[in-house]
Amino acid sequence: MRALTWHGKHNVQVDTVPDPQIINPRDAIIKITATAICGSDLHLYDSMIPGMSNGDILGHEFMGEVVEVGRGNTSLRVGQKVVVPFVIACGQCFFCGKQQYSACDNSNPADKSDMSEIAYGYPMSGLFGYSHMTGGYAGGQAEYARVPYSDIGPIVVPDGVDDERVLFLSDIFPTGWMAAENAEIEPGDTVAIWGCGPVGLFAIKSAKMMGAGRIIAIDHLPRRLELAKANGAEVLNYHEVKVREALMEMTAGIGPDACIDAVGMEAHGFAPDNIIDAVKQETKLGTDRQHVLRETIMACRKGGRVSVPGVYGGIGDKLPIGAFMQKGLTIKTGQTHVQKYLPQLLELILDGKIDTTDLISHRLPLEQAAEGYRNFHDNPDEWTKVVLKPH
Amino acid sequence: MSEQPMSTDAEVESTAFTDQNRVEGEHEAASVRAVLINRPRHELYDFWRDFRNLPTFMENVKSVEIMESGRSSWMIAGPAGADFELVSEITEERPGEYIAWRSLEESDIDHEGWIEFRDNAFGRGTEVRVFISYDPPVGPLGKVVAKVMQREPRIQARRELRRFKQLMETGEIPTSKAPDAAPRADRHF
Repeated sequence: MRALTWHGKHNVQVDTVPDPQIINPRDAIIKITATAICGSDLHLYDSMIPGMSNGDILGHEFMGEVVEVGRGNTSLRVGQKVVVPFVIACGQCFFCGKQQYSACDNSNPADKSDMSEIAYGYPMSGLFGYSHMTGGYAGGQAEYARVPYSDIGPIVVPDGVDDERVLFLSDIFPTGWMAAENAEIEPGDTVAIWGCGPVGLFAIKSAKMMGAGRIIAIDHLPRRLELAKANGAEVLNYHEVKVREALMEMTAGIGPDACIDAVGMEAHGFAPDNIIDAVKQETKLGTDRQHVLRETIMACRKGGRVSVPGVYGGIGDKLPIGAFMQKGLTIKTGQTHVQKYLPQLLELILDGKIDTTDLISHRLPLEQAAEGYRNFHDNPDEWTKVVLKPH
Repeated sequence: MSEQPMSTDAEVESTAFTDQNRVEGEHEAASVRAVLINRPRHELYDFWRDFRNLPTFMENVKSVEIMESGRSSWMIAGPAGADFELVSEITEERPGEYIAWRSLEESDIDHEGWIEFRDNAFGRGTEVRVFISYDPPVGPLGKVVAKVMQREPRIQARRELRRFKQLMETGEIPTSKAPDAAPRADRHF
């Protein structure tokens, strides 16, 4: 089959690779009809994530048709159309039992989980197409993909629903939704959201559905700010205003009730062999990289909530821990527990309560995936979201 | 032993044990590891007690043959493609709870270990603790080689217990190995 493979910094290409096969009883093989490039794929593209191998297949936002099902999966049938969560979860460990699917204890293979166990104290769950630290699983920017524990992850979508309406159930819609849920929004709340990329936009849409009175979105790219505005947010361009001063003025000195960091930090340096280097790098580069997290903590009102869907991977410093404690803030974060949210979010889409397609700027055949990466990376204002069509 | 609830899959230092003698010994390489498995205690014990099941999740145990009077013969893949034979004898056994074993003199490797199964006090499944100790096959050099090959006992115990948990909880052992992926370079970077 053909697949988008990683070969180093800013070097991805579509190669011919072996077809995936059923290995374990609960596997399924999916023939991919739509797959997207995620903002977090750019961390791989920039070679910021350790544990990558030459030839790794990227992609963790994908959907398609079930073409083969292992004997251990009695819930999926060949021919069904499914969306696959980017988080691989077993459904049977302590964490899956609590619906904390991205903390699954089992989905990261034993020979791959040493790195996260050393970096974070515990092994993390498996993810598709996102380095060998998260399992080394082949991703979904390909014609086919093997889906482990396929009885727990993929959600069946009804016939006749356009792929683009449901594709983002794989990651960014539940990620934006969980970000808003973690903000514990009460009716009439003011919610400030840093970053108007796909996750920020879905956080805006979700916060609105959860009853936020006012949403203030912060970015500097004109088209992304336009999208945020079209979704009902007031916008701040941080190249034009001082964000904290503007937020204080807009809220008459109270501050936002909840702040969402949908930016994160380009993760780097958390491989066990260079974690000390990461500390050194951090003290030199730290100010810019954690700027958003610091700003959310400083801007948030007393007793407010900070929600962090943005990805952090290493070690940080100079966090305003005093403001965090003295103001009595709550911080919630984490990789998305995708499986937990799928049924209710699919229903919202099918009921027409949310537009999930307005952020798509480009549609390309799989063969042009490398061009998609280059443009998404170099021209993020025009290229807000790229959908690839392998079949 | 402590009755405190354990976090899942915690690396247990010897201070976690009131009976520290259980982890001390004359061996050069030793490891204790604890893991919480969301399955009934007897099911886990029964699976482990049939040593022929162990190669399913112990990647360097090639085969186990059951002999008479609590003895078993283990074929183990050692460093640099060499195989080692280990004849093991059960030294203590409490059905459903505890198995201890040690190698006999004719073995290529001097080895001992125990595994303990306890109900979690709060209904979270079974707490499994394993102690593995062995003198590396070719002395100090063997440990270096074993470490390079990531078969150093700590890592080995961690991975094997993880695979045991995966198998018992989910019915399979996750893998991302080929053929699900493109041809790869030899090492990660």
